[in-house]
Amino acid sequence: MSVAMPAVDISRALTRIAHEILERNGGADSITLLGIPTRGAHLAKRLAQSIATIEAVPLTQIAVGTLDITMHRDDLRLRAPRALMPTVIPAAGIQGRHVILIDDVFFSGRTIRAALDALGEMGRPKSVQLAVLVDRGHRELPIRADFVGKNLPTSLTQSVKVHLSEIDGVDEVVIEDEAEL
Amino acid sequence: MRHLLSINDLDKTKALSILDTALELARISDAPVKKLPTLRGRTIVNLFFEDSTRTRISFEAAAKRLSADVINFSAKGSSVSKGESLKDTAQTLQAMGADAVIIRHSASGAPRWLADSEWIAGSVINAGDGTHEHPTQALLDAFTIRKHLGSSTGDLQGLHVAIVGDILHSRVARSNALLLSMLGAQVTLVAPPTLLPVGVDSWPVKVSYDFDSVLPHVDAVMMLRVQQERMQDFFFPTAREYSHFFGLNRDRMSLMKKSAIIMHPGPMNRGLEITAECADSARSVIVEQVANGVSVRMAVLYLLLAGATQEQGVLQ
Repeated sequence: MSVAMPAVDISRALTRIAHEILERNGGADSITLLGIPTRGAHLAKRLAQSIATIEAVPLTQIAVGTLDITMHRDDLRLRAPRALMPTVIPAAGIQGRHVILIDDVFFSGRTIRAALDALGEMGRPKSVQLAVLVDRGHRELPIRADFVGKNLPTSLTQSVKVHLSEIDGVDEVVIEDEAEL
Repeated sequence: MRHLLSINDLDKTKALSILDTALELARISDAPVKKLPTLRGRTIVNLFFEDSTRTRISFEAAAKRLSADVINFSAKGSSVSKGESLKDTAQTLQAMGADAVIIRHSASGAPRWLADSEWIAGSVINAGDGTHEHPTQALLDAFTIRKHLGSSTGDLQGLHVAIVGDILHSRVARSNALLLSMLGAQVTLVAPPTLLPVGVDSWPVKVSYDFDSVLPHVDAVMMLRVQQERMQDFFFPTAREYSHFFGLNRDRMSLMKKSAIIMHPGPMNRGLEITAECADSARSVIVEQVANGVSVRMAVLYLLLAGATQEQGVLQ
């Protein structure tokens, strides 16, 4: 196991992504942050906090929520049924908003495909953008990220784990080799 | 878990995971597009040998919201009236590729029989068998009670529920007694001695013959339908006497706690076990029970059918 991103790197990456999101969208007024549970949801909250600080507005003015994509997965039949996670759409909704999807690890792209399907049932956003903490490559679908914390070249035998203090008690991104699993 | 035949198929963890899943699915009912692609391409058969309004429609709505194909079968107007056996009916459905069979039957144990047979490869879900069980009704009742009185994600610890009326013929009462007590609620059955089943002392409940003395202490009162179609004997002298002692009316409603809710699995005999005034009052959650039924049945269908059958999952 090796640490690919220590806490300080994660914090810097999130701050940079917050700035990039604001730059791309011209402020925080029309953006809606949607984290994909579980860790994406926590990252979304941190980004919202960061954006609120940068823009010097109260956190309550930043539209942030969660989007569970379980029911839209394409591998449901290959796995045991999963428990559903909460979907919380901010009061402003997604209609006509710039929706930023937030996930921890960007891998095959299938999660994001499912998220796009789930969004499509709720309305028509002005645009959908994707922010991820780690892009480990190996895409299986033509999907790319708009904001990336760190590009992490990996082999398919490795596994990338994001640990966040809200869940795991520590902030770090680690790479595990199959032999260690 | 492949089938849902009885509350005894569940433990507390599984029951709570069904309720939690239903809570998330209930939010989808508020979305502009109420359909999910989850069970696309799966075939679900509603096999109803007994009349039903809300259970059949509820299962059908739940299956359709998950994009499953639904085939409705009712014994009336089918070859059952020509004498076709359950086995032949089941094998016909199997040949048509049913992934799940939702069965209601007047014989207690019919769903178990179907599940244990080799006739059907898919899941069997009990939608009410004779006077035995109706597990999805109990789950939706627990969901409703939890939403109003419990913490929305916890169990029913500390709550007191009275189930009143025709316990003897009620599969709803049996499933609810098992489930609500499993979730930590105290259950009191209130009925005339003639309408209590043999062996009720082995149930995890208290029994009372005095409705008025129980009412001030309960958080939810669940009225049961007097099932006249199952009554071959005289269980009480007159309907009027039954109403007098065991019916819910304005006077009794005034004895209830302010926060207590009124439930009924439907269909109601208005004027017999419950007055219209009580059924339509602000503390009645009877219509909401129906809405919750769709979410709970979606959760059951999702958890039983969506995943790979051989894998370990939430309900294992």
